Amino acid sequence: MRMLSRIAAIFFKELAQLRRDRMTFGMVIMIPLIQLILFGYAINTNIRDIPVAVVDQDRTAISRILIQMVEATRVVEVTERFSTVEEAEAAIKSARVRAAFILPDDLAQRIVRSPATGFETPPSTDEQTSRPVAQWIVDGSDTMIAGAIKSLRNMPLTEMFRKAPNRSTPTFEVALFFNPEQRTAVNIVPGLVGIILTMTMIMFTSAAIVRERERGNMEMLINTPVKPMELMIGKIIPYIFIGLLQTAIILGLGYLLFNVPLGERPVDLLVGTLLFIAASLSLGLVLSTIAQTQLQATQMTVFLLVPSILLSGFMFPYEGMPLIAQYIAEVLPATHFMRMIRGFVLRDAGLLDMQQDVLWMCGFFLLGLAIAAFRFKKRLD
Amino acid sequence: MSTALPEFVVRAEGLVKKFKDFRAVDGLDLTIERGMIYGFLGPNGSGKTTAMRMLTGLLTPTEGTVEVLGLSVPRDAETLKYKIGYMTQTFSLYGDLTVRENLRFMATIYGLTGKRRKQRIGEVLERYELTDLQDRFAGKMSGGQRQRLALATAVLHEPPLLFLDEPTSAVDPESRRHFWEQLFDLVEGGTSIVVTTHFMDEAERCHRIAIMESGQKRADGSPKELMAAMGANVVEIEGPNLRDIRRKLLGAEGIVAAAQLGARLRVLVTDDIPDPESYLKAKPETAGASLIERVRPNLEDVFVTSTGEGRQ
Repeated sequence: MRMLSRIAAIFFKELAQLRRDRMTFGMVIMIPLIQLILFGYAINTNIRDIPVAVVDQDRTAISRILIQMVEATRVVEVTERFSTVEEAEAAIKSARVRAAFILPDDLAQRIVRSPATGFETPPSTDEQTSRPVAQWIVDGSDTMIAGAIKSLRNMPLTEMFRKAPNRSTPTFEVALFFNPEQRTAVNIVPGLVGIILTMTMIMFTSAAIVRERERGNMEMLINTPVKPMELMIGKIIPYIFIGLLQTAIILGLGYLLFNVPLGERPVDLLVGTLLFIAASLSLGLVLSTIAQTQLQATQMTVFLLVPSILLSGFMFPYEGMPLIAQYIAEVLPATHFMRMIRGFVLRDAGLLDMQQDVLWMCGFFLLGLAIAAFRFKKRLD
Repeated sequence: MSTALPEFVVRAEGLVKKFKDFRAVDGLDLTIERGMIYGFLGPNGSGKTTAMRMLTGLLTPTEGTVEVLGLSVPRDAETLKYKIGYMTQTFSLYGDLTVRENLRFMATIYGLTGKRRKQRIGEVLERYELTDLQDRFAGKMSGGQRQRLALATAVLHEPPLLFLDEPTSAVDPESRRHFWEQLFDLVEGGTSIVVTTHFMDEAERCHRIAIMESGQKRADGSPKELMAAMGANVVEIEGPNLRDIRRKLLGAEGIVAAAQLGARLRVLVTDDIPDPESYLKAKPETAGASLIERVRPNLEDVFVTSTGEGRQ
């Protein structure tokens, strides 16, 4: 009874302090709001309209048609035209364009001989048939852009000659599950919940104990009969509500603005999110018992936030990372949450389907809470 | 609270606290009787705060034993915390909570709930003149008001023993007087109080004091006893060139210390000289003095004789 009322006392105290800290309270709302809009619109892995230059040495109807066909893919947009390759290279170097499309002056002959057009080719040497029709020079520093242009390499040329496209026997059939339109937002928005919760939850609690110490409240607090576990639990509870509020903002806006589905199991989503919030909060509390100042606490938060963004699968596919990075990622609660919430929202998975991640987050929370309470000494030495 | 309180509220033997090589408290023996105000008087860094923190269980003694209210510390420190009140050196309540919110928070932490909590909060608001201020933020109050709130918080759970660490260092003399009257009211109600201070006038109000220096107790007793037993007599000299007289007297045979107070020079003469007035008058250094008279010693004289240069 005493324990419960003490936890409640700490809870209401934190809430009152939070309510009066307008700046922080504003951040609670603004962080998910702004990040969602920023990330939702800005992070787009479907590459469109890459600015490119054209060096048309052929200057015939056929070269113009080929350029139009390339433009029609919407992958690239011709923004510059040059007469020499050197000029195009300079434009790539100065980043005015990301690639250059070079059409040689014997374009017609190359097209006719190329197996890609499917003509009965006139007698020609192997060397002649193996010559490509035209060339792309690409700024390879951004692999996503390079990849997009590489995908143009096998563009069919048949429709140039009003022949039916060679579609009769595709080598593979590709069927896209869960995100058939390949919209990036569908993947980004649920992941963003994980990133923003990591950021705000760890940030709030990592400062929680340190703040009492810095403001001089700690000496009095440890002179009271309050128990470390009561203090830790009381401090966590208000932030659980904040975490849920932020989750609601992100998923709600994601649904309204980007049409990201919410899954068919809201209870599983709620429980899973609560688990992740609790795990992040307990991690923050552990940091708070280590940090000596609020600045240190912030630095530690950032130290954890960066790998949470880069390794959790939010930015890059988890499977594509080297093994050592995967091991590090497995430790972070964000990785498990990322996997889980994408499962819930995009694939209609449930807690049982994701039980490994669920169990791991439970364990992380309990261990974190125990370590924080153990490390919090009611002594000054 | 239990009625069978021991006669001694604090008993400590051979208390030592080392921070690395520095001995902040160095072999302290203490007995503090119930129902009195006991003061630790000493300069900054003399170990008074460290000693107090060991008594409340905030610091673990390197050596020695502590018993407070019959409980062994630090072993039973958590039980002890229900029975003591503590006021820290700097204001340590929440500046962004109101007076009432602070009181309510602390009352609940100390296990008070429901009607009892409401009643106690009402009582301390009334007694420490905070009723009109109850909706003010603690951070927006004056030094004296904050100090009243800190005391109100410390006594919420009616502890039989109060520890006050330099309670009046941030308040004006008026508030300090008022504060001490409130402490005596508490003593009248049966509370024992341990207080640290570096103000002489404050120490003089204590029933008993321990003079601390370099982690050791230099003297222990009531202010009156200490003055009687200080081993020196006090003579005041009036006249011109007091600075010059002081320089010449210091280091002379039988002179413990000399300090100027306005137009007077206060000289401490060892008490093995039977007639200090004549002794000083006979000295050539005091030839120009217009008045030489013996005066009553005060606590500062005790402090000077028992610490620093005054101690042989």
